[in-house]
Amino acid sequence: MNREEIILAIQDIIKAIAPDEDVSDLKTDVRLRDQIELDSMDFLDIVMELRKRYGVQVPEDDYKELATLDGCVAYLGPKMRGKTLKVGV
Amino acid sequence: MTTDRYDALVIGAGMSGLAAGIRLAQFGKRVAILERHALWGGLNSFYKRGGRRFDSGLHALTNFARPESKSAPLSRVLRQLRLRFDDLHLCEQGRSALHLANLRLDFSNDFALFESEVARAFPAQRDAFANLVRAVRDADPFSVSDPSASGRAFLREQLQDEDLVSALMLPLTWYGSGREEDVDAYQAIILFRAIFLEGLARPRGGIKPLLDLLIARFKAEGGELRTHHGVESILRDAHGTARGVRLDSGHELLSDRILSSAGFVETRSLCGEAVTVADQGRLSFVETQRVLSQPSASIGAQHTLVFFANSLRPRWRRPEEPVDLSNGVVACSDNYAGGEFAPHGLMRITCLANPEIWTAFPEAEYRAAKDLWEDRICAAATPYAADPRPHTTQVDCFTPRTIVQYTGHVGGTVYGSPTKRLDGDSGVPNVHLIGTDQGFVGIVGALMSGISMANRHALVAS
Repeated sequence: MNREEIILAIQDIIKAIAPDEDVSDLKTDVRLRDQIELDSMDFLDIVMELRKRYGVQVPEDDYKELATLDGCVAYLGPKMRGKTLKVGV
Repeated sequence: MTTDRYDALVIGAGMSGLAAGIRLAQFGKRVAILERHALWGGLNSFYKRGGRRFDSGLHALTNFARPESKSAPLSRVLRQLRLRFDDLHLCEQGRSALHLANLRLDFSNDFALFESEVARAFPAQRDAFANLVRAVRDADPFSVSDPSASGRAFLREQLQDEDLVSALMLPLTWYGSGREEDVDAYQAIILFRAIFLEGLARPRGGIKPLLDLLIARFKAEGGELRTHHGVESILRDAHGTARGVRLDSGHELLSDRILSSAGFVETRSLCGEAVTVADQGRLSFVETQRVLSQPSASIGAQHTLVFFANSLRPRWRRPEEPVDLSNGVVACSDNYAGGEFAPHGLMRITCLANPEIWTAFPEAEYRAAKDLWEDRICAAATPYAADPRPHTTQVDCFTPRTIVQYTGHVGGTVYGSPTKRLDGDSGVPNVHLIGTDQGFVGIVGALMSGISMANRHALVAS
């Protein structure tokens, strides 16, 4: 999965968790929590959806790596290599 | 004997169990909810009598919040369970009241009404009350250092007028205190927000449509709901760690994650652990429901809810008599918006009861006592609402005995043990408490309890 696909994957997960949020204009270098209302329970859901959809494990100590979309790309890049983007699941 | 292995087992199909089950199933866990009874819902269930469906415990859904309030507990619960606000079809309250002797304070889902009522009745406390509200808004009741801190003391820190403290304590105890003469401080903050700052509503059609929604979500995610599956005991290995359950049928289900809504004392008993009298709740209720031939408002009961007391210092403890008639709650279900009951009315009245007395009655005396005290409860509530008796077409009443029968809660407690375990710790490895004894009450609180404990003990941990 390339950079664009990883961002699409995260956007689609956020859409599933918080259907009312507009995820199309999210800045990649600003914390997600500063752009949309995500609390720690929602954040857990991003991690759980990554596991469910892509089999990617994110240990609790690494949650902070996912704070921005850029962070997601950097951290998830190696883990998502070779996986197929799934949207609207 | 056959065995089955699960990622998690949930004991009890009440609000907390269903919410926990949805969370686990949603992320691919193999999970079963085990419910002894034929029906789900626990304390918030329903039944049919005389062709009419009754809710077993529903006064109000507290924590009402519009979907724009994204950080409100209701909105968070809906997001976690992937439910939509519109699916709940919530009907908001009209006006409700705290009515203690000659003091009456009205409130509604517009908090400004309550503020003006407090300012009218307690002009000298106007600023103090504003400070209290600020303290309640600013507090973080979900990370508490001392869960047993006193809610009454918290109110007294801000308020100097003991009558106002008593008036506020009345709904806070009635809607969620398992502790006599007090309420935990963190709970007082949550309940103050839930009742006054957020508000009250009722799902259209009562509790069943909400339960239907939860069950459908759980099943759609592949969860297994097993009714008529009572848990006889929790199985443990040589180190004491739980490894599964034995059902009433003798069948065994294996799992190293057990989430129990049975209650602290009840769960410990299932594990074969000792329990102390101090851990057992002492408070139970007698509640009557009367179907009226006309709307409640037309016989003089204008409010949606009335928390009433015949003195300015209401008791909140196990009564010496079968029922404490000195205070209680009247809920007129037909006074929520939506006109669901027209042309009828539905009045529900709840008072504190002594579970030991109710359990000890021989069957013949029990029936008579129930009729006698049901009538007295109606009379006790009359000055604060209206007398439902001349307008009644159907009566149904439950006692602590009924609660024991349908929930298995020792002593027929509704708010459980006086000591809450906010981390869900049952004292037995792999067994986690959810529901009332974990510390969150009400429909939204119970859902939040199941969600947060499932997240913490079965999703993050896995």
